[in-house]
This record gives sequence, C-alpha cells and structure tokens, in this order.
Amino acid sequence: MNPQTAQTAQTAIGQPNALAMVFFFLFIAVTLGITWWAARRTRTTEQFYAAGRTISPAQNGFALAGDYMSAASFLGIAGLVSTSGFDGLIYSTGWLVGWPVVLFLIAEPLRNLGKYTFADVVALRLKQVPVRIAAAIGTLATVILYLIAQMVGAGGLIRLMFGLSYETAIIIVGAAMIAYVLFGGMIATTWVQIVKAVLLLGGAFILAMLVLARFGMNPAALFHAAAERYGQGVLAPGGLVSNPWDAISLGMALMFGTAGLPHILMRFFTVPDARAARTSVFYATGLIGFFDLMTFVLGFGAMVFIGPDAIRAVDRGGNMAAPLLAEFLGGTPFLGFIAAVAFATILAVVAGLTLAGASALSHDLWVNVVRGGRASGPEELRVARGATVVLGIVAVLLGITFKGQNVAFMVSLAFAIAASGNFPALLMAIFWRRFSTAGAVASIVTGTVGTLLLIWLSPTIQVDLLGHSSALFPLKNPALVTIPLSFAVGIVVSLMTGEPESDATYHEHERRMHLGEASAGD
Amino acid sequence: MTAGVDDTASRIRALARARARVAALLTATMIAIYFGFILLIAFNRELLARLVVPGLSLGILLGALVIVASWLLTWVYVRWCNTHYDAQMRDLGAARR
Repeated sequence: MNPQTAQTAQTAIGQPNALAMVFFFLFIAVTLGITWWAARRTRTTEQFYAAGRTISPAQNGFALAGDYMSAASFLGIAGLVSTSGFDGLIYSTGWLVGWPVVLFLIAEPLRNLGKYTFADVVALRLKQVPVRIAAAIGTLATVILYLIAQMVGAGGLIRLMFGLSYETAIIIVGAAMIAYVLFGGMIATTWVQIVKAVLLLGGAFILAMLVLARFGMNPAALFHAAAERYGQGVLAPGGLVSNPWDAISLGMALMFGTAGLPHILMRFFTVPDARAARTSVFYATGLIGFFDLMTFVLGFGAMVFIGPDAIRAVDRGGNMAAPLLAEFLGGTPFLGFIAAVAFATILAVVAGLTLAGASALSHDLWVNVVRGGRASGPEELRVARGATVVLGIVAVLLGITFKGQNVAFMVSLAFAIAASGNFPALLMAIFWRRFSTAGAVASIVTGTVGTLLLIWLSPTIQVDLLGHSSALFPLKNPALVTIPLSFAVGIVVSLMTGEPESDATYHEHERRMHLGEASAGD
Repeated sequence: MTAGVDDTASRIRALARARARVAALLTATMIAIYFGFILLIAFNRELLARLVVPGLSLGILLGALVIVASWLLTWVYVRWCNTHYDAQMRDLGAARR
C-alpha cells in the first residue's frame, strides 16, 4: 500500500454519514432502554445519588474509566500526537498519574466517611452551612467549566462528523443527558458510562490493531516510519513544553486534580464498601492506562497514514486525526462507528458531570444549607431532579453561548480548580485533626478564586485569547502556585481559629474511616 | 473501660498508621516517577531523543513505563491491603464489639 495516497485527504468527514447516524441512534436507543430499566430502581435518594451502593468493583472500574476518558483524551491526544509527536504523549501520561493518588489517599476514607458528595466528608466534623456552601462553589466551578468544554467540543465534533448544525447537536446532547440523569439517576448514568467505556476501548483497540497490523504488530516499526517521514524530532520533546515550570504546573494540576473531580469522587459512593472502592480504582487505572498506551499508536498511526498537514486541513486543532485514521483503514463504515463512539463518549461524560452538579445543588446546598439538614428523602429527590433539569438547560445555553470560542483550556482549568480548590480541603478533612471550619472555607475559596484569577492573568487568556503581548502571570496553568497556597491558607487559618468540636470528634470519625460504617454506631 | 478495649483501639491505630505509611510511600514514589519524567523532558531533551532501537526513543519508552508503573503501584497497594490490612482490621473490628 502507499500511505501517500491519503495526503490528499479524500474524506467523508463533514458529510452526513448514514452509518454513523445508525450507530449513534442505536446507542441512544440502548441507553434510553437502560434508563427506563433504571428508572424503576430509582425511588430513593440513595438510589438516585449512589445507585443503591450495589455497583461491583469491576463495574465501577469501567464507569470511572468512562467518566474520565472524555473526547479530549480520545480525539484531542490522538490529534496532538499526530501533529506534534512525542509532545502529545506528555498529556497521555499526565492523564493517568492522578489515579494512584486517588487510590492511596482518597478512595477508601471517602467511601467510609461520606454519603453522596465529597462535601459530606469535608463538612463531617465542621459547621455544615459555611463548609457546604464553599464546597458547592468548588464543585460547581469544576463541573461547569468541564461542561462548557464538553458541550462546545460536542457541538463542533458533531457538526464535523454528522453534518448536523451546532445548535441541534447541543440540544440532542442536552436532552439525552437530562433523560439519563432525571429518570435513571446514578444507576442509568453508571451503565451509560460502562457501555461507553466498552465501546471506546473496543473502538480504539480495533483501530490500534489495524494500524499495527501494517507494521508486523511492532510499535517501534510504526514510530520508525513516522521518524523517517517527519524527522527524528517527532520522537523527542519539542517546542510544546517550552517553559519547564509550565510543564511542572500542568503536571501538578493533572496529578492532584483527578482526586478533586466531583463526578469521579461521587462514584466511590456507588460501591458497597471501602474494599470495593479500592479494587475499582485498580480496574480503572488499568483500563485508562491501556487506553493511553493505545493513543500512542493511534497518534503516530495518523501521522504516518494521514499526515499532520492533511489532519490540520480538516480541523485546525487536529481533533479529527482518529476519525480520519479510522476512515483510511476501515472505510466509511468504520468512520461511522468511531464517530458514533466519540459522540457517545461526550454524552456519557456530560451525564456524569450533570449528576455531580445536581448533587451539589440538592444535597449540599438545598438539604444541608437551606433546610438545615432536615429535608425528607422524597423532598431531596424532587429537588435533585429539579436541579438536574436546571443544570442540563444551563449546560445547553452555555454550550450555545460559547460557540466558536477556544475552550480547550477550560478542561485544564477545571483540573486546576479541582486540584487547588477541592483536593486540599478533602485531604486535610480526612487526615488532619485540627482542621477547622474557617480553615476549610478559606482553603476552598482561595484555591478556587485564586485559580480563576491567575488563569485570567495568564498567557492563556491575556495572550492567546485577548491578543495582548504579555501577561502578568507567567504560567499557563496556575496549579504550581495555587495548590501550595490553598494548603498553606487552610493550615494557617485552622491553627488560628482552632475548633474544639472538630478536634474532639476526630477519633470517633477516625474509627469509622478505618472500619467502615459497621462501626459507626458503637 | 477495660485494658482489652484500649489494647484493641491502639492496635487499630497502629494498623491504620501502617496503611498510611504504605500509602505515603507509594504516593511519593508516584510523584518521583512522574515529575522525574517531566523534569527530564524539561531539562534533558537530548537524553530522551536517544534511540533504544530504531524508532523507539528513550522518551517514548519512559512515557510508556510511567503508565505501566502507575498501574503496578496500584496493584502493589491493592495487594498489600487485601492480604494484610483487611484481614487484621476485620479481626480488630470484631474484637472491639
């Protein structure tokens, strides 16, 4: 075969693809069927928020992986590798290294101490109202930024792949995700994630095998072919990481942000106990790691068979690398399948985000702030469903508002807020006896507001978006400053304000943290 | 309060401290591996550009190894907890009741 033939990029991308439509509507039909089935099992708050705590470790492993592997990791990283080689792999590795941290520090205590949201754990020994408000701000900031990035990505992607209008695409995504969450709660959302994870891993695996089959199943031969055509530079670090501090700061956001993502943390309440929570992270890390390794092959495969220029010609950001590769190796039918998988991926991720955001609104803000913890189960369930609809509509409106904007930075911004707003407070609430209400609020607010402020002053906004020649804050990602700052503020304020009740109840909660709920009563 | 209960409580605490040590050690290992990789990218590009075999640069190999190492670390932790921590904690929890 002759790879050069693809350089002219004869592609069906951008035209309505009948098979993609068929696959996509099949996915919608199956997931709505699951939602109908789940709706009959979603009658209590425990079922709505936490799937009745009946999800097995393997199921939760797939669901965690499904929540985490967004279109950004499938299309974005494959695109980045295909156009800039090794530099794209820096992201591939970065997306995984947060998972061991989640496992070692957070998963088990979170499962044993919390009920539905990570704010349950932060507020456990502290005064409910201020801590819940602060934690809800951290949660909603993370969720909404992540949602905007996903919605805008979805609109653009669907326009490119199915030929639908941007607004139609956003409304379809919004309607489907509201249906999943509203009627099926966490049970439906979990199964949508599992189906999506299997499809995504399967699709990527077939594509990677098709690429490797042309190189005698030897990845090194593939990389060698890429280097022969585009120079040895594609196999080594290049210009993408020009400032070492930038690389370290982004690395910190990715590593500690995972442990502060509300939609990920929420999944640990869906399993029966801490041991299951632990095992599910082991599965998730394996699945995501396997997927990341495949992005190496997909990226370099697209570089060799399609070529960076042809990829950029279809989409400037390089996001169409994997679909183009699928079309080249498997024809229009396979393109249709991969396009439907990419759409399903986004749909599942926004459903998970919406559920996490709705929980913050209903469980943290309504029940524990407005109603002082005295709301009945049915009332909480009604509010949670109302919040789902509101958040779904807000997501659609934001998606339409941000049409055509460069929102790629919003995912790393969401990670930075999760890492500096949510993670430090959660860690200190679990492990530090003298953590106080004022300390928790100060830490979350400093982390969240500080991140937003420094992003505003960073080259990402000032230079790339507003076109100024320089920026006040030199780093593209503020995590290097905001994570230590959030810890420092939390510690100093806690020591200054000391809270005897928090201190006194620590040992009681410590026991529950180690032994689980069974010991909580005695 | 009897001496037996006190003893159990302190043994639970000791076991929890052992888990915290394992967790801290593994977290530190993960941080060292990943930021070691990032620092190499930032400060020693020539080394990462070196080819191990034709096509496979040291950078790509180490990147893949970071991913494999992350997974192995989770395996080590889960294995330690499942074989040592859980059984002992269960016995201590039962003894306390």
